[in-house]
Amino acid sequence: MAKKRPIALLSELASHKETFGGDMPLAPGHRMCIGCGIPPIVNEVILAINEPVIISNATGCLEVTTGVYPVTAWNVPWIHVNFQSAATVMAGVEAAYKVLKKKGVIPEDKKIHFVAFGGDGGTYDIGFQALSATAERGHNVLYVCYNNEGYQNTGYQKSSATPIGAYTKTTPVGKAKVGKQEPRKDLTMIMAAHGIPYVAQASPHIFRDLTRKTKKAISMDGFKFINVLEPCTLSWRFSPEDTMRLAKLAVETRYWPVYEVIDGKYWKVNIKPKKPKPIEEYIAAQPRWKHVLKYPEILEKIQKEIDEKWNLLLHLEEMSKKLAEEEGVDYEELFKVPED
Amino acid sequence: MSYQLKPWHEIPIGSIVPEAGSSKINHTGSWRMLRPVLNYDKCTHCLICWIFCPDDSIPVSPQERFETDFEYCKGCGICAVECPYDALEMVPEMEIKLKELEEELG
Repeated sequence: MAKKRPIALLSELASHKETFGGDMPLAPGHRMCIGCGIPPIVNEVILAINEPVIISNATGCLEVTTGVYPVTAWNVPWIHVNFQSAATVMAGVEAAYKVLKKKGVIPEDKKIHFVAFGGDGGTYDIGFQALSATAERGHNVLYVCYNNEGYQNTGYQKSSATPIGAYTKTTPVGKAKVGKQEPRKDLTMIMAAHGIPYVAQASPHIFRDLTRKTKKAISMDGFKFINVLEPCTLSWRFSPEDTMRLAKLAVETRYWPVYEVIDGKYWKVNIKPKKPKPIEEYIAAQPRWKHVLKYPEILEKIQKEIDEKWNLLLHLEEMSKKLAEEEGVDYEELFKVPED
Repeated sequence: MSYQLKPWHEIPIGSIVPEAGSSKINHTGSWRMLRPVLNYDKCTHCLICWIFCPDDSIPVSPQERFETDFEYCKGCGICAVECPYDALEMVPEMEIKLKELEEELG
């Protein structure tokens, strides 16, 4: 029999599980697709927070599968709101918490964390103005976007997170047009431009990184945003067991850079693949996008977008090191998670 | 899987579901086509399969991984792909069922 060697971090997370009566924050029996990448994201984020949390959830895959009336899969307080309001409803809850604390209804030392979950439809497109407004008002909320690059809940329509050339129900592939015509929007950069305390991009297969980023985010006061890539087995049309393999491939090909930004000015790229895999490998794994391999001009555009973004990130990192030095701030210290 | 729907005047205001994690009455194990079979000799209880399981069907303690909960396992196979020690193998559910039936009939 092999020796027992639990990974220290996972062992720690497993002990947090006891607070939910032995189940994960997201209990079994939900109607998520076979091999869905959303539950690991939700579980990693909530288990990393070792204090009470309240969740709000925009309409999307996560909501329709976990909140089928009259049962719920959630082991934490959860509010379902309409498509655009995940961020603003959480802002309201947070404001109520502050007032109740002032009135003495909630004890002074009780710490509650506020987390909003939204898909890329509810974050990039429909919920964007509410998200931006909540960020501007600086509510103490952590917003986690699970980005599956389209409206998968309604059968895969295009969203502004869908990459160029990809097939969706609203951007079919034919003689006149090949999939989506526009490149994807970079919401993480837009959120960083809000100058909020913490913005990050993560991938669920690197659980170390995602849990650390969650811990870092909740240690800060103000609006925080984490964008997580979530390969969708149903709409990207790959085999269900490959969900985490695709999330890994996205990072290895630099398609999904894993980085974090503090105060909108100190940038750090967390994972730098030394020998990036060719983007063709990532594209070939997804039948929704595979046809672009036949169109070198689209492939070139995709590669150019990835290389330019990567280069920009490296430059921003270099510049923020210089900026920190000029301001007399310890650059490495900025990204450390404070011990409690 | 069964639940009684309440009459309108007994439904909590705002469609509140007072019981947490009540979705456990849905036994999603019936969706399964492939079954993850664990080789205990290879398992090091690293818990990687647990954190990636979308259906919370791998019961664990901080030190140990227990047998998969087949009431809820949908058989996606992420655990078998992600296991660094190849301790899991996906076996068609039909084969297992047939074997069980053969044993039963002698």
